[in-house]
Amino acid sequence: MNRGLTLFVGILATFTLAWAGLVLIPYLQFGRVTDYVSEETGQTLPPPMSGLAQRGHEVYAAEGCVYCHSQQVRGESQGSDLARGWGVRRTVARDYIGERPHFLGTMRTGPDLSNIGRRQSSVEWHHKHLYRPQSVSPGSVMPPFRFLYSLRKIVGEPSADALKLDGLDAPPPGWEVVPTPDAKALVAYLLSLDRSYPLPEAPTE
Amino acid sequence: MTSPSSSSSPKGPKAALADALDRAAIDASCRLPVLLFFGSAIAWLLVGSVFALLAAIKLTTPEFLADHAWLTFGRVRPAHLNAVAYGWSSTAAIGVAIWLMARLCRVPLRHARILVAAAVLWNLGVAIGVTAILAGASNAIEWLEFPTYAAFILFVSYAFIAVWAVLMFRERRPGHVYVSQWYIFGAFFWFPWLYSVVNSMLVFWPVQGSVQAIINWWFGHNVLGLWFTPIALASTYYMIPKILGKPIHSYYLSILGFWSLALFYSWNGGHHLLGGPIPAWLQSASIVASVMMLIPVITTAINFHMTMRGSFALLRTSPALRFTVFGAMCYTVVSAQGSSMALRSLNKLTHFTHYTIGHAHLGMYAFFTMTMFGAMYYITPRLVRWEWPSAFLIKAHFWLASTGILLMVVSLTLGGLIQGIELENPKVPFLTIVAHTIPWLHARSWSGALLTTGHLAFALSFVLILLRTGKQREGPTLFTKERSFP
Ligand code: HEC
Repeated sequence: MNRGLTLFVGILATFTLAWAGLVLIPYLQFGRVTDYVSEETGQTLPPPMSGLAQRGHEVYAAEGCVYCHSQQVRGESQGSDLARGWGVRRTVARDYIGERPHFLGTMRTGPDLSNIGRRQSSVEWHHKHLYRPQSVSPGSVMPPFRFLYSLRKIVGEPSADALKLDGLDAPPPGWEVVPTPDAKALVAYLLSLDRSYPLPEAPTE
Repeated sequence: MTSPSSSSSPKGPKAALADALDRAAIDASCRLPVLLFFGSAIAWLLVGSVFALLAAIKLTTPEFLADHAWLTFGRVRPAHLNAVAYGWSSTAAIGVAIWLMARLCRVPLRHARILVAAAVLWNLGVAIGVTAILAGASNAIEWLEFPTYAAFILFVSYAFIAVWAVLMFRERRPGHVYVSQWYIFGAFFWFPWLYSVVNSMLVFWPVQGSVQAIINWWFGHNVLGLWFTPIALASTYYMIPKILGKPIHSYYLSILGFWSLALFYSWNGGHHLLGGPIPAWLQSASIVASVMMLIPVITTAINFHMTMRGSFALLRTSPALRFTVFGAMCYTVVSAQGSSMALRSLNKLTHFTHYTIGHAHLGMYAFFTMTMFGAMYYITPRLVRWEWPSAFLIKAHFWLASTGILLMVVSLTLGGLIQGIELENPKVPFLTIVAHTIPWLHARSWSGALLTTGHLAFALSFVLILLRTGKQREGPTLFTKERSFP
């Protein structure tokens, strides 16, 4: 092979072929899936994310939760995801149409979070867990996200959203721990994660 | 002709001397740009190692340095990946590729200024990108965490390099185009293309939902297959015959290996999403492509092995050869493992576990990084006209790196298998699985300590050779005469 041109054309052709096959065709095939309006309930599925949850999505990206948590439920034949209670059905392309970036993930150091809002719907639990995961899940290797909370002196009335911490985590008397806007947004996002609605291509029965 | 230079043709001593002078002139012309790429690559290797250690320790000890947002696991881990992928691996690859190009075009390097500018920009891009990740501005797309401004700088720098490569290629001395050049050429086109297409479809104008994941993993796999792998193979194809002083076993096998790699590697990626929300045909296509990868891998392995046959004893004397051959052998192992991991039955178990991390390090470290070490051990003395001052440091580097990576791969593979088998059984509580992975993760942290110590030895060697310490040794051009490496 002495010809620069042959080499160049070959390099171009193999790559273009793969790009067309693995990027272009999937994009044309289902890069423009729209949401689905349920005939029974009139609900738009997947439900659009609230502004606060959207903000939480950004915090999730910045803090790198995706390196330990997946958000995809594989079908029965593909793993024990359903048997573990991580969802009631496999997740499909339509579930993700509003997500930029995607958080499908590749690692399960922690559990799948596709449906965490349904599995764990307590705001208080999530804050406690984020503040120090081991306080509610002994033995967890999830890092604490205390930097998303502020320790503050109580002036007058204690804040309504102050965390109810005890033992090791309790603030000194006269002080309280309150979530920052980032922490609130993150929890709103976690609570919004519920992909258990039925879709035509993914019924729940 | 199947040898990387014309030196295999029978010649008189006069012609051989002229050849040697030619090579020395080419090496001298490469000095500044290549050393710039090597030096900064090694600096990033150290930075990346520190992030790696932090991330590894955090995974067993979550309270370790936990109160600084900049140092949370979810930022340090991508900082590690990007520092080693773009800071170390790519920078080293570019340095090696530049030198190989000049040697194989058989003309002194010209337009060095383009390369110096590219090196400065490249390092700036990586530094900005890594800082942005730590500051929380990551894209959170694996392998593509750098925000647009950093990615853009890298792209511009890369465009400089590609333009330089085309200029060099056109100014080459007429004659055979050696297999290493095909790989370098491929890589120099594929990478900027891949990087810009993927960045535009994921970051500038993001496509929808799970199509992003498909593109993400198409990149995640092809950056390995069409960027790092070709450069490492280019280096191996050069180093083995060069150091042994004999031609590569078969020209036809090398052609087959090259084109089958170009054809099949580019179809990989979808197997990272088996069972996920992507079309079934795409999963199948990727499985097929993964298995087909056995063709280029086996062809290349046979070619290297047959070339090495009868010369394995040289592994004891030549550090460059030893690192390179270690890398080449791991290429075969990691690729065969990769093909098996695309099969549904195994993928089901290993998909979301540390097994995959073990595989990634077998590829990027045991294969790619070791090959780059080998190349740098060969190239650097020729650039600075000084031999490596300490055989002990090289030896330490080799043993720390090889045992370190072995320990890492074994512990992540076993830990990952246990994790995968237990995840498959819904009766095992999640926290039990977490507990069972911890001893393996401890072992991994220790392996990281070994690797990092090795990197320190390497960096020290590099500084010492730049400073030309120690006593001057005879015959700097032929490394195989180096006897101080028993
Ligand atoms: C180092 C890996 C790691 C990182 C990073 C991580 N987690 Fe976790 N996470 C875990 C582990 C392990 C568990 C299981 C034990 C537990 O409940 O803490 C878990 C559990 C959870 C749970 C409870 C899941 C359930 O099924 O009960 C939630 C919610 C969660 N993580 C959210 C997050 C969010 C949000 C982030 C990012 C801000 C994050 N995690 C970052 C490892 C991680």
